[in-house]
Amino acid sequence: MATRLSGSRYELKVQSGATQSGGPDHFAIHEADLEDIADNEDQQLVGYIHSYEMGSAVDGPGIRAVVFLSGCLMRCQYCHNPDTWHKLHGTPTTAGDLMAELKKYVRPLTLSKGGVTISGGEPLVQHRFAKRILRRCKELGLHTALDTCGRLGEKLSDEELMDVDLNLLDIKSGDPDTYYRVTHQPLQPTLDYAKRLSDLNRPTWVRFVLVPGLTDDYDNVERVADITASIRSVERVDVLRFHQMGRSKWDALNLKYPLADAVPPSNELTERVKEQFRARGLKVY
Amino acid sequence: MDVAVKNDTQVVDEPWRGFVEGRWQKEVDVRDFIQRNYTPYEGDDSFVCGATDRIKALWAKLQPLLAEEREKGILDVSQIPSGITAHAPGYIDKDLELIVGLQTDAPLKRAIMPYGGWRMVEASLEAYGYKADPRVAEIFTKYRKTHNAGVFDAYTPSILACRKSGIITGLPDAYGRGRIIGDYRRVALYGVDFLIAAKKREKAELNDVHSTEDVIRAREELAEQIRSLVELKEMAANYGFDISKPAATAQQAVQWTYFGYLAAIKQQNGAAMSVGRVSTFLDVYFERDLKEGRITEQFAQEIMDDFVMKLRIVRFLRTPEYNELFSGDPVWATESIGGMAEDGRTLVTKTSFRMLNTLYTLGPAPEPNLTVFWTPALPEGFKRFCAKVSIDTSSIQYESDELMRPRWGDDCAIACCVSAMRVGKQMQFFGARVNLAKTMLYAINGGRDEISGEQVGPVLPPLEGDYLDYDTVMARLDTMMDWLAKTYVNALNIIHYMHDKYAYEAIEMALHDRDILRTMACGIAGLSHAADSLSAIKYAKVKVVRDERGLIVDYITEGDFPCYGNNDDRADEIATSLVTAMMDKIRKYPTYRNAMHTQSVLTITSNVVYGKKTGSTPDGRKKGEPFAPGANPSNQKDTHGALAAMMSVAKIPYEDAADGISLTLSYSPSALGSSEERTEKLKGSLDAYFGSEGFHVNVNVLNRDMLIDAMEHPEKYPQLTIRVSGYAVNFVKLTREQQMDVINRTFHGSM
Repeated sequence: MATRLSGSRYELKVQSGATQSGGPDHFAIHEADLEDIADNEDQQLVGYIHSYEMGSAVDGPGIRAVVFLSGCLMRCQYCHNPDTWHKLHGTPTTAGDLMAELKKYVRPLTLSKGGVTISGGEPLVQHRFAKRILRRCKELGLHTALDTCGRLGEKLSDEELMDVDLNLLDIKSGDPDTYYRVTHQPLQPTLDYAKRLSDLNRPTWVRFVLVPGLTDDYDNVERVADITASIRSVERVDVLRFHQMGRSKWDALNLKYPLADAVPPSNELTERVKEQFRARGLKVY
Repeated sequence: MDVAVKNDTQVVDEPWRGFVEGRWQKEVDVRDFIQRNYTPYEGDDSFVCGATDRIKALWAKLQPLLAEEREKGILDVSQIPSGITAHAPGYIDKDLELIVGLQTDAPLKRAIMPYGGWRMVEASLEAYGYKADPRVAEIFTKYRKTHNAGVFDAYTPSILACRKSGIITGLPDAYGRGRIIGDYRRVALYGVDFLIAAKKREKAELNDVHSTEDVIRAREELAEQIRSLVELKEMAANYGFDISKPAATAQQAVQWTYFGYLAAIKQQNGAAMSVGRVSTFLDVYFERDLKEGRITEQFAQEIMDDFVMKLRIVRFLRTPEYNELFSGDPVWATESIGGMAEDGRTLVTKTSFRMLNTLYTLGPAPEPNLTVFWTPALPEGFKRFCAKVSIDTSSIQYESDELMRPRWGDDCAIACCVSAMRVGKQMQFFGARVNLAKTMLYAINGGRDEISGEQVGPVLPPLEGDYLDYDTVMARLDTMMDWLAKTYVNALNIIHYMHDKYAYEAIEMALHDRDILRTMACGIAGLSHAADSLSAIKYAKVKVVRDERGLIVDYITEGDFPCYGNNDDRADEIATSLVTAMMDKIRKYPTYRNAMHTQSVLTITSNVVYGKKTGSTPDGRKKGEPFAPGANPSNQKDTHGALAAMMSVAKIPYEDAADGISLTLSYSPSALGSSEERTEKLKGSLDAYFGSEGFHVNVNVLNRDMLIDAMEHPEKYPQLTIRVSGYAVNFVKLTREQQMDVINRTFHGSM
């Protein structure tokens, strides 16, 4: 591939896409987002990558190499990377090329007790590519994490799930209506995925984004906490406080940002929500 | 507390009681003593004590003086030319101090040190509103030649032109060169009489050697060393201490060691006056006193607090121009901590913790320049404590024990920022640095300076056409680097010849072996800009912009190009090959006293001044904009995260930059995860870097917003410390330009 990846997750990326960005078309789910990418040898298996970041300390244990795949079915109100929604807006990259890049980091990642995290977008939109990368990382002895909302969890077979050492499971809400309002997608697939993780005893960190006025309802949080506690392999919960740092991307894409007026949660609210998880014996960060 | 210990007489007769015997008793060999006697510590920080009321009271006494100094620039000055015994004893508060000794008769009162150069003294005095004493002026302009005067007698026109254009900058030709570490521990372990006897033996060995120039110089130097040791004893006696015999307690060991260092900073205004590697040495004494029930843990910490407080108030009189290069009154009282011994035991001791703990007991501070020798093999408890202290204070730098130990042994220490040397067995001839980005511009402009238009370098035919060709530029750069290396080593030979002659560091060298390794420490600045520019020429299209003088003064770069700092070999190999090429060229020119050629990739804060003096570069940097510091990638060009940047820097080969490779990283706290995780994350990050051949890193964990607030309200942040290339500085003491540079640099993890 001629194209070289650049930039961190914070960089706005729409330039290489097949579809023009902006407006209602950007909000829609494009046909191409749903198409499977062709199965192929590593050097021909092409995935679309928004960016990668080497050295993240916030995407799993240790120091991580994080690959952000483009494409997502969710349209979360608080999305801070709306430029990752469409697969073809990413940079086409072969699995072979990506692995060549990741290979450079095996030693430092291992020394830091970290590894590789596949994130997005929703990485399972490009499940074939994601799975290949996970497999190859495991072959290199690297610890792997998958940062997913579970919406497309059925794309991973039980066997393939064994290549994921850690699931970073984003549970966006516990109440189905709230979930739909937040994401424009149903809750059920996430519940199904959570159950499989539990049944297969796959290590999981649950993440919940706390947005005042949107996800902070007491009962909604109770349900998220219940789902979390039902996963027997859950190791910790991260309550992520909403921030306004994603706003500039919505503006740049000419999208109306539904949370333009939202504020970060207060310390009291954050503590209340953390306590709801702790009450179930969960380790909360 | 046991102030009685100070005058404890029973133990003085047996200063070496309880120590494991060895070679160290017969000849000066501090390493042998340490290896036989120290107690490695593999535990955590749970044993350390906080500040006592006495320490707090003593520290509080200094605060109004420090505030006044911040306001006035300097607090006070003595115009008695400084020397080991030039000033009467001085105290912060005699009754409260456990460790005594000041450079002059009052805290923060600076001394003049005219042997380095009279101009520097005069200009510094004038800058702060003082008039030079005419009698002293007469002595040092009429009767006593200085280092500075000697250098300018021998400089060539070519060197002067390079100095003026700024292609070579920061040369120690007007002040003390520094970067020499006396083995101050010897004073404590042996007492001064033993050291004088050893020096006399060394001198006597030369009696029958034919008097060549080298031998004559050696004899004269040894005589000077012996005289300075006698003065050292006298200085201590003035404070009421007899240091002719070895230290017998921990408090004495610290006091004796500090007296050695104090003599050095009374005698020399060196560019960097580093302490060495004293913590683990001193720990042997603390362990013995603790075992004997002589002291408590709290008292051990107090002694270290007192010692460190002294190291925090070392001051030299320097000009505002010097400050522009190296901001915030740096002394580089560097202390090297931790690392592993050659036999695989860790050199971490409880006193390694006590030393770092002073950043809590006394609060964050730039001095002493606390330097941890890191390797993934260090004990976990120590690694965690270091990471925690870094996160809380941004006051520690880290250097690779893995790279230094095989080369310089396990008793080496850092002088200044990144220069490793065997303590007491090696020194360097400090050579500041050349401007590699400007050299590349000279290659493009045929030796003409891109700002003044003057012909400084060798004449090359003007470049034709609108676009730069990589092979052409590289060939011309090779010619220009050849010329630069020649001029540079030439200048350094002159400087160090004259420094030895007119401003010899007698007491520091008295605390070295007679026969030592000398390095000629060259350096380069602007590496990232040179590398990225060449990458732009190679991988994109660079169109030149000429001015009315026919000079190429700007560039229009079309297309993308890989940049150094992304772990992309296309750009990184340009950077590493520049370093290697420069080193090879430097090696071609013989050095004064056969010093071994080395170089560093380090700027300290001079990256701002270097940038100011350099025209636009093809990588997109505009005329006058700061360089990236040290070996850092250029601002905003390292877009693939901190680890990618670290791996790029780690590719620079230490064998071709054996004087050190500096990287400065700033994290916003949230980028290291939640507050509970940060220690582990930083520890992991350091393991990753140093396990992958990284050499040095400064770690800052700071919010950009806080720095901006500190610019507006400096009075709120008197102790806010930030690490810049190779040292730490009070943020509020930086010039505004330097503050802006720090703020504009990449903060990993923030937007």
